Amino acid sequence: MFFVAAVAVLIALALAVARALAGPTVFDRLVAANSIGNGAILLLAVFGFMTGRPEFLDLGILYALLNIVGTLAVLKYFRFGDLGHRGGEEPTP
Amino acid sequence: MSLELAADIVSAILLVAGSIFLVIGAVGLIRMPDVFTRMHAASVSDTLGAGLLVLGMIVQAGFTLVTVKLLIILAILFFAGPISTHALARGALAVGLEPMLFDRSGRRRRKELGLIGEFIVGQDREPRPAHPAAPVKKTSAKKSTSRKRSTSRKSSTGAGSGRGKGGRSSKR
Repeated sequence: MFFVAAVAVLIALALAVARALAGPTVFDRLVAANSIGNGAILLLAVFGFMTGRPEFLDLGILYALLNIVGTLAVLKYFRFGDLGHRGGEEPTP
Repeated sequence: MSLELAADIVSAILLVAGSIFLVIGAVGLIRMPDVFTRMHAASVSDTLGAGLLVLGMIVQAGFTLVTVKLLIILAILFFAGPISTHALARGALAVGLEPMLFDRSGRRRRKELGLIGEFIVGQDREPRPAHPAAPVKKTSAKKSTSRKRSTSRKSSTGAGSGRGKGGRSSKR
């Protein structure tokens, strides 16, 4: 059954990579990149269970933490044009 | 023996269901016409697909440290998915992307965009004064500026809802 799950995760990853390559805007690519990160986490977990070595889950946790930080950083850059911006109401033009 | 078989069956069902939802979400990511609908499709695979897969692996793992790690991954995914989707939608609206709105008969609608117009940052870059007739005090402390900002936001939301209501009533 883990083989079926791994194949499904690989299909989802392939479709997300296609959307990341073909996305017309930056936000399409960001949605696809977020989904690619989640697929990588699931692929690590499923592959660890498939080979009987679930130690890969630590790498999955690390990827999950990096995924959200990376997505929010890229979004902040495209929103404010500056990674050191303090946020707030009005963005820099 | 039978307990192991039952656990195998339950985990197989959960894994297959999670795989189906993953593929459904990925197909939606390809097929949907818009950024916002693509976010909707991606959230299907991020919550249901990932959640069911991790639950299937938890059933397979039993009460070990692996279950704790899987639960940590599940918690991170469940909190990070909505946060990143919210930030993506807000960023897309701030840049100026508009969601496609359709009728029941399939025609494009543009009047309802006034309902979300207050979120589009490009429109109100410069904060409007609360009362247009009243002069704006320039030598004021920070306390009054924060109060002015809150009142201006309130007035802008009122204007946006009024526009949306007018458009809808004129359409029907």
